[in-house]
Amino acid sequence: MTMNEDEPTTRMNMIQAINSALDICMARDPDVLVMGEDVGYFGGVFRATAGLQAKYGKTRVFDTPITETGIIGVAIGMGAYGLRPVPEIQFADYIYPALDQLVSEAARLRYRSAGEFISPMTVRSPFGGGIFGGQTHSQSPEGIFTHVSGIKTVIPATPYDAKGLLIAAIEDNDPVLFFEPKRIYNGPFNGYWDRPSENWSKHPAGEVPTGYYKVPLGKAAVVREGEALTILCYGTMVHVCTAVVAEQGVDAEIIDLRTLVPLDIEAIEESVKKTGRCMIVHEATRTSGFGAELSALVQERCFYHLEAPIERVTGYDTPYPHSLEWAYFPGPVRIGQALKKIMKDA
Amino acid sequence: MVASELPRADAPPRNLPGLTLHVPEPKFRPGDAVDFVGIEVPPAGAARRPDTAAPAKDFPELAYTLVRVLDEEGRAVGAWDPKLSPDTLRRMLRNMALLRAFDERMFRAQRQGKTSFYMKATGEEAVAIAAAQALADDDMCFPSYRQQGLLIARGYPLVEMMNQIYSNRGDKLQGKQLPIMYSARDHGFFSISGNLTTQYPQAVGWAMASAAKGDTRIAAAWCGEGSTAEGDFHSACTFAAVYRAPVIFNVVNNQWAISSFSGFAGAEATTFAARAIGYGIAGLRVDGNDALAVYAATLWAAERARTNQGPTLIEHFTYRAEGHSTSDDPTQYRSAGEPNAWPLGDPIARLKQHLITLGEWDEARHAAQDRELAEYVRAEQKEAEKNGILGHGLHQPLDSLFDGVFEEMPWHLREQQQQMIAEEEASGRPWARK
Ligand SMILES: Cc1ncc(C[n+]2csc(CCOP(=O)(O)OP(=O)(O)O)c2C)c(N)n1
Ligand SMILES: [Mg+2]
Repeated sequence: MTMNEDEPTTRMNMIQAINSALDICMARDPDVLVMGEDVGYFGGVFRATAGLQAKYGKTRVFDTPITETGIIGVAIGMGAYGLRPVPEIQFADYIYPALDQLVSEAARLRYRSAGEFISPMTVRSPFGGGIFGGQTHSQSPEGIFTHVSGIKTVIPATPYDAKGLLIAAIEDNDPVLFFEPKRIYNGPFNGYWDRPSENWSKHPAGEVPTGYYKVPLGKAAVVREGEALTILCYGTMVHVCTAVVAEQGVDAEIIDLRTLVPLDIEAIEESVKKTGRCMIVHEATRTSGFGAELSALVQERCFYHLEAPIERVTGYDTPYPHSLEWAYFPGPVRIGQALKKIMKDA
Repeated sequence: MVASELPRADAPPRNLPGLTLHVPEPKFRPGDAVDFVGIEVPPAGAARRPDTAAPAKDFPELAYTLVRVLDEEGRAVGAWDPKLSPDTLRRMLRNMALLRAFDERMFRAQRQGKTSFYMKATGEEAVAIAAAQALADDDMCFPSYRQQGLLIARGYPLVEMMNQIYSNRGDKLQGKQLPIMYSARDHGFFSISGNLTTQYPQAVGWAMASAAKGDTRIAAAWCGEGSTAEGDFHSACTFAAVYRAPVIFNVVNNQWAISSFSGFAGAEATTFAARAIGYGIAGLRVDGNDALAVYAATLWAAERARTNQGPTLIEHFTYRAEGHSTSDDPTQYRSAGEPNAWPLGDPIARLKQHLITLGEWDEARHAAQDRELAEYVRAEQKEAEKNGILGHGLHQPLDSLFDGVFEEMPWHLREQQQQMIAEEEASGRPWARK
């Protein structure tokens, strides 16, 4: 974390941090606009846009019809005019109707018009499971979008990063998908669903500057330095991995990727070459997940430094279940077993 | 390109009055006194009833009025009166009251922590119950999440619904789906999706298949007014019109889509029934709190479909009397006075009044029925809870997590399944104790 000592800070959860980022961007740039289902008067089903309509008016913060393809298509048109829209897709599970506008349009507009038109939008969307939301409020579809050239994909894991990354995303001139891990909106989840939940008030990254700052896109964060192995993760899994590593007393280096595209490959290479072991953890389904890409990159670039096969810990290749949520969720046991396996001959 | 080179969103220097952006706003917000004077309620019996063989272009006015049968005194009047027997009317009333009792109980169960989620249909009971009674039992329904009334009217066991809500041992969906996202194929009830309006083109496909095969069954789909904004709604209308599919499109206009009012789906400019006109589909706008009007409209649309006259779009004008779901607090965005001020009343009270007016029912019988239904629902709940409640114990075999992804399990799922079982054995968590 790069925090200026003189900057006033305050305690925020991730929702408040996101709200603060939106507020600051709207105050600084009259072209920033927020829209989406229920984001206006009500302030969003997770309250991330609360108070913004009252402050900035209905032409800058408004509800939309329930059509995700419409929301993204309209945001592209607004971007073509020169605005900087920040549309919300209420749940990442509902982003699919917008796939064509995202994949064929937003992602390619700069390329196909040789820069005449760009799509400087930031699509915010809560994603991930752990809330008993069933298959339509739990998915992690980031891998679908990292596969598309021309879209950036950002996933914060703390209030501090959420605010700084969101400001950076909004100011970025390319389309950014900003997936918010909803399980950790209110506190860092360690993966133990049957223990009391924590909130952000005790976590160092719950202390957030009240003013403007950016966390650069494309830069990973080393959450814990270590020598024994490298763990690559993002979102909720950063906290689950941190808890497991502490539990097992392994000297792991935990890297929170923060941005999947463009990826901080230098940080990954440097760490894996140092530790010689690499474990990749994500909540999303396994096959063709972003972990597969990470694994290929590490193999291509660090092969001669590897002392054990790369381990991937992921969600299973099934739709997200309701009642067996905790059997599905890559929690401390699954991660712990993988950790033991990769450290076996160390 | 650097930011300074981007086009700026500044008004061009032209000597013209500036444009303004219209953003809809509902009439009432929390704290406001409510009067629904803006809502035009035509008298019951006023709408004409075209022949079911009439072409859609002959009755565009029916997309802008309200087909109403029950008048203020509880009499059934006009051409749309379906002239139902007292027994049928009593069955309808009972089904609606049962639906309300069921909703009350399951909402409470969620609040008691017995499940994760619930959605009520309070105030909209007529829409599903009357439609189910007007359709044939084997017509295929493609519902949204607020048509549990279809199952109730078709006699689906309450215990089965509750098992699904609890994701328990008895849950036929094996705990895989969010509560209330039922599936009941043998009751002509398609698997509910959480993704809005996907069922619309699917209903058309089912109807086209039925027609192509020379079957006699028709399809019916439901979605909320907010959901008509989705592209799937419009794709469905186009297909249905092109192939004259034997399908009924029901748009349940309950005025709200979570926190946004119907104006965000286009209601400031026109009706939802009028969406039909542009597609060349028959459109009817119906008083959705009038069970007889819903019944009559459904029967009329079904007859059109069954005689190859093609699709009908029915807007059911009603009101969502409670929160969107157990995750919602409507006092945050709408006036608490709205439900009581709703000019079309309560669907159960209106049908009850009709039966009383006919001399076929009375207050004492109604109160006794309510008690009996509450008791019945409680007993069914007790039965269901014997199969467990959400989160208390392992209700499905762990390895069932992998069933049904494919017909036959590929190697990678088998491998993951084994991994999961090993993981559970290592976990020592309560899940592992069967
Ligand atoms: C594709 C998709 N987008 C968004 C949602 C989130 N969502 C669930 S219900 C709902 C409102 C639907 O309102 P309406 O169609 O009027 O139906 P009602 O709830 O009033 O019956 C929204 C936005 C969703 N489930 N699916
Ligand atoms: Mg609605």
